Parts: sequence; C-alpha cells; structure tokens
Amino acid sequence: MPGEASSNVKLQCRAVWKLFGAGAAAALATAGGKLSGEALAEAGLIGAVRDANLEVRDGEIFVIMGLSGSGKSTLVRCMSRLVEPTSGEIFFNGENLLSAPPARMIEIRRHQMGMVFQHFALLPHLSVLGNVAFPLEVQGVGRQAREDRARKMVELVGLEGREEFFPSELSGGQQQRVGIARSLSVEPEIWFLDEPFSALDPLIRREMQDEFIRLQNVLKKTIVFITHDFDEAIRLADRIAIMKDGMIVQVGTPEELVTAPADDYVAEFTQNVIKAKVIRVASLMKPMPKRAPTGGYLSDIGMTSAIADVAPLFQSANSVLRVVDDAGQPVGCLKREDVVQIMMQA
Amino acid sequence: MSVSSPSLPKPEGKRRAGPRWTHWHAIWVAAVLAFVLLWLFGKPFAGWAFKYPRGEQLPFRRLIGEFMKWLVDEASFGLFSFTELTRFIAAVIDFPYRIALSLLSTGFLQGQGSDAVQILPPVSWIAVIAMFTMLGFYAGGRRLALVVGLCFGFLALFGQWNNAMITLASILIAVPLGVVGGLVLGIAGYRWPMFAVFLKPVLDLMQTVPVFAYLVPILFLFGFGPTAAVVATIIYALPPMTRISMLALGQVPGEVHDLGRMVGCTSRQMTWRVLVPSAMHGLMVGVNQVIMLALNMVIIASMIGAGGLGFEVLAALRRLDIGKGLEAGLAIVALAIALDRLSQALARRAQKHEHKTAANAGFVARNPYTSASVALIVFTGIVGLAIPALQTYPEAWQVSTGTFWGEVVRWINVNFFDQLEAVKNALLLNVMIPFKRFLLGLPWLGVTGLLLLTGYSLGGLRLGLLVATLAYLIAATGQWEKAMITVYLCGISVILACILGFPIAILTAERARLWNWVQVIIDTLQTLPSFVYLMPAVMLFRVGDFTATIAVVAYAVAPAIRYTAHGLRHVDPQLIEAGTAAGCTPWQLLTKIKLKLALPEIILGINQTIMLALSMLVITALVGTRDLGQEVYIALTKADTGRGLVAGISVAFIAIIADRLISAGADRLRARLGLKH
Repeated sequence: MPGEASSNVKLQCRAVWKLFGAGAAAALATAGGKLSGEALAEAGLIGAVRDANLEVRDGEIFVIMGLSGSGKSTLVRCMSRLVEPTSGEIFFNGENLLSAPPARMIEIRRHQMGMVFQHFALLPHLSVLGNVAFPLEVQGVGRQAREDRARKMVELVGLEGREEFFPSELSGGQQQRVGIARSLSVEPEIWFLDEPFSALDPLIRREMQDEFIRLQNVLKKTIVFITHDFDEAIRLADRIAIMKDGMIVQVGTPEELVTAPADDYVAEFTQNVIKAKVIRVASLMKPMPKRAPTGGYLSDIGMTSAIADVAPLFQSANSVLRVVDDAGQPVGCLKREDVVQIMMQA
Repeated sequence: MSVSSPSLPKPEGKRRAGPRWTHWHAIWVAAVLAFVLLWLFGKPFAGWAFKYPRGEQLPFRRLIGEFMKWLVDEASFGLFSFTELTRFIAAVIDFPYRIALSLLSTGFLQGQGSDAVQILPPVSWIAVIAMFTMLGFYAGGRRLALVVGLCFGFLALFGQWNNAMITLASILIAVPLGVVGGLVLGIAGYRWPMFAVFLKPVLDLMQTVPVFAYLVPILFLFGFGPTAAVVATIIYALPPMTRISMLALGQVPGEVHDLGRMVGCTSRQMTWRVLVPSAMHGLMVGVNQVIMLALNMVIIASMIGAGGLGFEVLAALRRLDIGKGLEAGLAIVALAIALDRLSQALARRAQKHEHKTAANAGFVARNPYTSASVALIVFTGIVGLAIPALQTYPEAWQVSTGTFWGEVVRWINVNFFDQLEAVKNALLLNVMIPFKRFLLGLPWLGVTGLLLLTGYSLGGLRLGLLVATLAYLIAATGQWEKAMITVYLCGISVILACILGFPIAILTAERARLWNWVQVIIDTLQTLPSFVYLMPAVMLFRVGDFTATIAVVAYAVAPAIRYTAHGLRHVDPQLIEAGTAAGCTPWQLLTKIKLKLALPEIILGINQTIMLALSMLVITALVGTRDLGQEVYIALTKADTGRGLVAGISVAFIAIIADRLISAGADRLRARLGLKH
C-alpha cells in the first residue's frame, strides 16, 4: 500500500475517522467502517473527524478551513498522532504512521515535524532562547550547538536582542514568533500550524501573515495550516480543504472554491470574496484569435496572475491581452469584456 | 462539536413538572412524621433504636487493636519484619533531622548523653536571624526583611530561641519530604486516573481523621521521639500537596501537553521538563500549604516527643500557666507569620524572572547572599567562642512578659468576672445545654433514616446509602452519644461563626479598602496554628464546653467570611445593573439578587467552616470536652490504638457526611441558578 502514494505527496490521509464516546472503535468496525450522522447520534458518539481523505503535496501550503467544532484541530492532531484516530491510514513519506511503534513516533516528531499552537504553548519558566532550543534539548543536543541554532531561529523571526526575555514579557505577536522559531528549530519536513494567528489582534494578524509568507518564500516547507478565517485561507493557501461537522466538504485551490463551490455551505464562504483577486488569468482566457488585433498585442501577461493584478493594463484602451506560459509561448488571450464582467461582481 | 441529542430525557425538567413535587413532599412529610413518632413515643418498646445494643456492637475497636499488635509483633516481609521496616524509615528520617537539629540548636556533639562534648557549636542566633532577614530581602524586599527580622528577633527576645529552633528543625525536615511525597503522589494520580480514584477517599480520610487518632499507631511503629513527630507531620501535611499537584497538573493547557509530545518528549521529560515547570505557580501554593500545616502539626506532635514550642504550650496549658503559654504561643505565631510570608514571597519571586548577570563576575558577586551567609556563620562562630553573647542569646537580655500577662488576666477576671460569667452562663443554660439534650435524645435509627432520605433527594441513591452507612457505623461501634456531643459542639460553633461572619462579609465585601483589611486579618487568623486559639479562651473562661466553643469559633470563622464575601463580590455585575435599572433599593439588591446568587458559594463556606470546626474540636479535648475528640485524646494517653482510631474515624465520618451532603446541595443549587461550576 505505501508505495501507492505518488512521489510528490508528503502526507496522505485515507478514510480517517475520529469518534469520541464509549465503544467508538467497535461501533465503527461493526458498521463496516462507515457511520452516518444519524447512526452516530443514535450510538451516543461524537464524530470529530469523519472519513477524511486528503493529500498534502511536497512544498505546498495546505489550509484546512472550518468553523469552530468542525474537527479541523482534531484532524491536524490525527496527522501527528497527538490524537489517535479511531480508524484509517495516515502516510507520511509513504510510511503508515498509525502502525509506527511509539519509539518511531517520537523519532518522527523529534526530527521531521514541527507545530505552532493557537495559544503559543510557550513554557513560562524558559527564556526565549530556552523555548526555541527546547525541542533540541529534548533530543539531547549539547548546549552550545542548540543555543547556536536557536539564536539563528530567533534572528529569522526578527526577535534578535530578546533572547533572554521570558514569555510573560513579550506581546502576543512576539510570543507567536517565538512559537514559530521553536517549531522551526529542528528543521521539520512538515510544519503544522494550528490557528497560529487567531489569538492575535487584526493588525498584528495581518503583519504575521505577511511575515509567514516571507518565511515560506525562504523556507519552502510543506505546510498544513489550520484556520477558521476564510480570508486568511484565501490569502495563504495553495489549496484549501473546507470542513464541516467533521467531514471534508471540498478540497481545491482558492480559485476552484470560488468559481465552483461544491455546495451551499462553501458558496456562503466564497460569496463575499472579491473574485478578481482569486481568479487566475488561465481560467478566463480564450483561445488565440486567428489574427492579431490591429496594432498587435501591447502587453503579455502570465497565466497564473490574478485578474485584479492585470486589470489596470486594460485602462490604456487595450481590449485584448496576450497570455503566455512560463516559457513565453502564447497560449491564449484575455478579453476586456470578460475582465469587466468579473470585476463588476462583488 | 455540537451534536444535539433531542431524544435524551431531561431529568430536571421532569422533576419540576408538577406531580413529582407533591410525591416528594409526601415522602418528606411521612418521613418526618415517622421520625417524630419514634422520637417521642418509641423509647419504651424500641430502646435499641435509641441506644445501640452493646451486645450487637461491631468489634472494630478490638480488631484494630489486635491488628496493630500483629503488625508490631508479627508482620513480616520474610527478610525483615514490618517493625524493622518502619524503624528503618525512622532512621532514614532521623539522620537529616539530627543534622538540622545540631545546626540550629544543640551543636555537633561527640559522645552519649551527659558525657557528650560539643565539638562544634550551632549556628549562632545572630547568623540565623541575619540569614532569614536576607532571605526576606531577597524574596520580598525591605518590608519583608523587616517583618522576618522582627519575628525572629521576637523569638530571641522572649527566650523562646532554643525551642523555636527545635521546631524549625522539624519543619525543615518535614516540609521537603511532604512536598516531594505529595508531588510524587499527585503526579501518579494525574498520570493514572485509576490511581486517582483510589487516592481520593484515602486523602479524604487523611484530612478528616483527627491527628490525635493516628499518633498512637505512629508511636508504636516509629517509637517515641522527634522522628515519629516528623512522620506524623508528613502524613498530616501531605494530602493538600497531593490534591493541589493533581489540580495544577490538570490545569496545564492541552496545547502545552501537545507541545511536549510534538517535540518528542519521553514521559519522564514530559513530567519534569514540561508539566511540572508549567504548573509551578499552582504547586507553590501547595508548598505554602505544606509549610503551614507542618507548623500546625509540629505543635500537636510535641505530644509524641517533638519537643520545641509545642511542648512549651502544652506544658503551660496543663499547668494553666497563662503567661508562659501565651509567650510560647506568640512565638509560634511569629514563626508561622515569618515562614508563611517568606514562602509566599519566594513563590511570587519564582514567577518573576531575572535576566542573567554577566557570567564572568566572581563567585561573590554572583552569589552575594550565599557569600554573606557563609561569612556570617564563620565569623559569629569563631568570635562567639570568645564572646558567648554572640553565640547564644544571653539570658540577661531576655524579656519575660509571663507575669505581666498573668496580671492582666487576673485583673480581667477580678473586674469582669461577673460579666464574663453572665455571658457564659446565659449561653450555656439557654442555648447550648438544651441543644445538647435535644441531640442526645434523638434515636440513632431515625437520624440515620433521615440522612438516607436527605442524601437520596440531594444526590441520588449512592449518596443516600453512603451517608446512612457512615451514620450506622458510628452507632454500631458504640460512638453515637459522643458523636452527638461532637455534632452539638460543632453545630453551635458553626452557627456562631456564621452569625459573626456573615454580617462582616456583607458589610465589607463591597468596600475595597475595608475588605483588604479584613482579608489581612483572616489570612493571619488562618496562618495561626490551632493550638494558639485555646490560650485566650482558657484564660477568660477556664475549661469546659463554652471555652471550647469560643476557641472553635475563633478558628473557624475565617472561611465563613471569606466565601461569603467572595460569593457577593463575584455576582455578575450585569445582573446587579439590571436590578438597579429595575429600581431595587440597596436592601432589595442585597436580598433579592446578591445573596440569592451567592448562596452556593456561601454554602461552600459553611462547609469549610464545619471542616475547620471539626478539626479544632479535637484539639479542644485539652480543655475538657466530652465528645469524640476527648475519646481520641484519652486513647492517646492510654496508647489504645483501637479506641483512638475508631473514635477518630467516627469524626472523619461526621465530616464526610456533612461535606458530601452540603456539596451535593450546593451543586444542585448551582445547576438551578444556571451558574457554571
């Protein structure tokens, strides 16, 4: 089975269930591994995660979005086995985590996983440096080596000069920077962020999102990011999974969610999104016309640009723009009236 | 995850819906009627319901006595006997105790008994005072240094130095052992929920069985002397630490737990590197508790050879030497205040973080306090050889107020004797004695039945059966009459404490500055060892039930004030605004909103008051009550393990019955008021 996972998939969940309540595992097994919502209520069980299937690809930001109680935090904890799934399979680099012995799990968590928590989870008795070095200390790395590494991480998140401060002396945003530095100190292959910015004020949250994007441009980690804020999801995600009542309703790029919501629930989130900011040129472009417009194309635009970013080009009386791929080959054209149509939608 | 289940029945809704109510009313009316009939007319034909037949009594007393004998004489693990084990433990504790005692009091001796030669003197009084003052300065600045310095200076000035140091030595050994033991048990209880289930009733018993009751078995197992006293102190001081440890560890946020697992902690790393440090704030509260309880217990343990201040108080009480007893009592107070404030300040300091000083500074610069202490000890030690006054506080400088206090009491008694007697007699004749007669006349069978019904209606069948069984066991072991005297003394004291405490709480709760003062006073009242309360009561009213009641009220009034005020202060301000907006007068606000909502809290306060009253009652056996406490105390003087434990456990049963019923009542009330737990 493990071999089936395609090469660029870092983490894969297959039919993961997490039920709370007495006799949950037995109930699920007798029902053949699937229980409907009514069946759960009847058995007095709570379905925190129900039949979750997803793949996280190498180097992408995979956002799990859902309102509180939708099971997103439980699902991300299943991925690192902080919460033991009731049934299912979780492959990490092709290895089924659920059959890994405890010692192996400790090994994986120590060296390959990092996690950032909503309320920071800093240890109050350790300084910034001590907190950041803590994962290395647990592994038994020598003081000099771990403090050197921790200093680099503190610098990376912009807290140099505060190494000897204690968590209680830092603002919320600074505390979360420490949390981020700490989770990166072991150079994890996969990085879990559980609502990392939800406890922060809106302005700080915005600033931290920018910081996060900057970091990811440098680090290129595989990221699972949990949020209840759809705007945050749109802003950061390569792909988004939307959860409701423990089930994954839809997985797709922000653009796919906006243009083709799977159901009313998803549509309700997407209806207030400014579509021009999400929809890419590639989705809106038309085939190359047989002959070029009079005067030729004034500008070439990339396929992956957002409509909102290329729209100003139409101001200079262009009615058609040529779309080219990464190699510079023309692949289609973008028409003014299509862009206007999109821009005029809310 | 909000999976609502509309199919589930809602028990409360049903109960309130009419027919069940009348049903319950009928049961209650019938039960009370049956009780009254039994009480008034039952005696001629059902005497056994009033006095439990002697022939039918359960022989626990004998069995416990025999078990103890077996334990001491015969029990064996094969390689070594049980007594050898306990004596070994005693020896292990004895070793550090001897060192502490040598350092503080006797000096290091060579040789035995009266031939002993002092080869090294103890740390001089100046050095001890200076060290504690420095510790105070380190932990809490100038003010605390002053308080601690004055407290220790008081010990020297009033000639209590040596006794106080003996007590301090016991504390220094008992506290670390109690803290570590409590913490380890607490961690175990936190890690294995099954163990916690087993631990909770054991802790309940440990905290409610009066200490006198287990002094006897400890005496048998560990021998007479300071070591046995230290063991008793640890047993007494450990349960709160265990409880607080479990609570504090349970309150560590789930995310911190997740963090520990995420970075790959082993379970040992998880406990010691993540959970315990994160719970440190709560744990320090436990450490403070251990110190205060140890201080309380070290006094009581002087009965089995701890010596020190407790022995002074005890001896003075026996001789009714008011002045001497008061001085020793005040010395205990001084020690208690100093240690309490120090430990609290140290706990607060542990929360504040100091940024490292430069690592390249010298040893003295980095450790100014340690260096100064060592220098002081060596200096006073050497110079003390030449000038004895530096080594031992000279007797000529001592002040004794013993005769002064004796005179004061004599003066009060000469001038106010009639008034004091009038108050005492009025209360005794009109309230206490009738109440006592009433309780003693009740049939045990009827009381047990009513308890069953009360328990059932408050918390279900399990609670009902529990309280009824406990009540039955008290009767069946022949303790009913003494238990009723305990209930009477406890009841009177709790009522008086409430009459005194509630108005104080109501008048001060909302006046922030006044409340701060009240808080300081009740905090201090609670730091004082229970023994201390006996002295003034005996001075003014001599021995007897009334004196006991006064002492118990003084000791137990603090929670009645504290919980009531807390309840009043935490009523949701929106509700008060709503009341004001609806035009309530201040009186209406108080009676219709605040007191109603604070009621669950007030009930818990009464519960705490009862618990404190019971623990104090046992100590009042020293001033001649005739209740279970006296029974325990007599057993102690006669070294009768069975008698002491049976009576002691009966006290614990009374405490548990009261606690469970009141807690269940408060829970129900809270649920009805829609207040969260």
